[in-house]
Amino acid sequence: MKPVHVVEGTGVPLNRSDVDTDQIIPSDWLKRVERTGFGRGLFSEWRDDTTFVLNDPNYASASILVAGSRFGTGSSREHAVWALMDYGFTAVVAPSFGDIFKNNSSKQGLLTVEIDEVDVTSLMNIISENPNTLITIDVANATIEIAALGWSRHFELSRNTRERLLNGWDDIGLTLRHESEITTFESHHDLEALSLRGIFDAGGHVVHYDQSQGEA
Amino acid sequence: MAGATLFEKIWKSHVVASSDDALTTLYVDLHLVHEVTSPQAFDGLRLNGRRVRRPDRTLATADHNVPTDALTAPIADPISRRQLEVLNENCQEFGITLFPRGHENQGIVHVIGPELGVSQPGMVIVCGDSHTSTHGAFGALAFGIGTSEVEHVLATQTVPQSKPRTMAVTLTGSAPAGVTAKDLVLGIIGRLGTGGGAGYVMEYRGPAISQLSMEGRMTLCNMSIEAGARAGLVGVDETTIDYLRGKPGVPQGPAFDEIAEKWRRLISDDDAVFDHEVVIDASQLVPLLTWGTNPAQVAEVSGVVPEPRDDADRRSLTYMQLTPGVRFSDIPVDVVFIGSCTNSRIEDLRAAADVAAGHHVAANVRALVVPGSHRVKKQAESEGLDLIFREAGFEWREPGCSMCLGMNPDQLSPGQRSASTSNRNFEGRQGRGGLTHLVSPAVAAATALAGTFALPKDAS
Repeated sequence: MKPVHVVEGTGVPLNRSDVDTDQIIPSDWLKRVERTGFGRGLFSEWRDDTTFVLNDPNYASASILVAGSRFGTGSSREHAVWALMDYGFTAVVAPSFGDIFKNNSSKQGLLTVEIDEVDVTSLMNIISENPNTLITIDVANATIEIAALGWSRHFELSRNTRERLLNGWDDIGLTLRHESEITTFESHHDLEALSLRGIFDAGGHVVHYDQSQGEA
Repeated sequence: MAGATLFEKIWKSHVVASSDDALTTLYVDLHLVHEVTSPQAFDGLRLNGRRVRRPDRTLATADHNVPTDALTAPIADPISRRQLEVLNENCQEFGITLFPRGHENQGIVHVIGPELGVSQPGMVIVCGDSHTSTHGAFGALAFGIGTSEVEHVLATQTVPQSKPRTMAVTLTGSAPAGVTAKDLVLGIIGRLGTGGGAGYVMEYRGPAISQLSMEGRMTLCNMSIEAGARAGLVGVDETTIDYLRGKPGVPQGPAFDEIAEKWRRLISDDDAVFDHEVVIDASQLVPLLTWGTNPAQVAEVSGVVPEPRDDADRRSLTYMQLTPGVRFSDIPVDVVFIGSCTNSRIEDLRAAADVAAGHHVAANVRALVVPGSHRVKKQAESEGLDLIFREAGFEWREPGCSMCLGMNPDQLSPGQRSASTSNRNFEGRQGRGGLTHLVSPAVAAATALAGTFALPKDAS
């Protein structure tokens, strides 16, 4: 992933709670085996409605999505994150997020900014009145602000997530630096825990099952 | 010092490394893979020249895309077909055991893990699918992950995790007759809300849980994610052990008794302290359905469409084309779906067949029964359930995720209303413009017969 330091742009208000990942990217889009091109599917069922906020020309260049509580709940599909980013969003601001969505976002560099509901509401009001309001999100300081209005809020960002965002680290690469620890762990854990070895033959047919049938 | 919760016991025994920050590198015992969330992960491995660290802890099946009509019919949708081919190619290239469409072990990933006995107590189990929480019914820590994490687990057999908090969901009393595991979990989600479990692993306990079969516990744990929880858990007891005995994936004979003795310790200690506790009196619960577009919007099957409490409720009512005060028993249903990782196991099919036996599906209803796996299908057929369903006018189909989500030909048309035993009533989840009501298998069957929402006793 690319390092993310500061994100700056205008916002679009999506005043709905419980925006699940099925809404963000409907499952019909999940049949694709690529990682790109999901932007066209973003909120595709809602975008057919001409009054949907993403169809409002005032917000055509917005890159920060401001939404209601529990954004991104439901299905674990990372496609939701790919769709938001492919469409052009760099951050989502909401009072709370679905657990897996938040995790997935952190792997791709999509910022999830969690601030109090009252602050989300005032942010929505501000960008509803003036869609050109410039919003700045600073990863190092974990702040979201509108400099022109002197409006600024702090948000929670774990040190790990912040470091990964700032450095654009590859999680797998980081973990593999500790490969010897995994090997050591396996050397005792393997004695206890299941391995599929010997349960299925080359065709995936159960070997044990046939044995127990024979005994019965 | 206070005792440990079941979650803490499993977590502790899987820590490979913990940094000073809140992230722990957790070892994964079993990684389940399906066609939808894995292709981009395998691509990532190839791009970086990485291998699958433990193919012997990785198991794949095809479920989301598979059509549920005759196995001999080719897959018409070229994009679905391609996704299934890519899974085959990836499993071959990386040496992973795969149960493709039509294989005797194929089925919904959360049905086959348990029935093959590869989902076992004390394990950490992950899958690129939020309903991985299902396997928590076995006293395993099981949770859904995204595609980046799928790639991470393939490459390292570990997953970086922040430690969740623990919540005890205690169900006191006994569930009244006719109140199923589905009703319990809808009742719990209705109480907690869609975000009530956020950040928690929820352990279900109490007499009403002990009385549940493994199938019931799987239904319960399956929908933990709908309350926002990271995972659901039920401690090991004799029901767990009896279910697993003789399953292909577990040790056989005396070796089983040995491992069962270890598994029996996988319960929360009596003096364990949970971060949060919720107590629900199961004896007060009734058969429930969802009326809205999130799983916390629940009402009594025998009741009426509720008055909206806020804008979100009003939005849901509009989408669902419902008017407050109307009795559910007066609302016609177009489609009944019995299936999904929530309710497609043998016990679910028995419950539905019990209601359907000797009756006929109403003229306005299309009713589908989709067994969760080939093994479930075979078992059901050996019990004659397929005949009961067919004679009653239900379609008896091949295994797969089917109408739970709109990824295969089984879908609702715009404006069609369903009574569905699946897990999500999100807008368009079962097909664009579809109107989903979540119910138990017994209520689904009764509704199919009545043509409007109904309890089993009303149908007979």
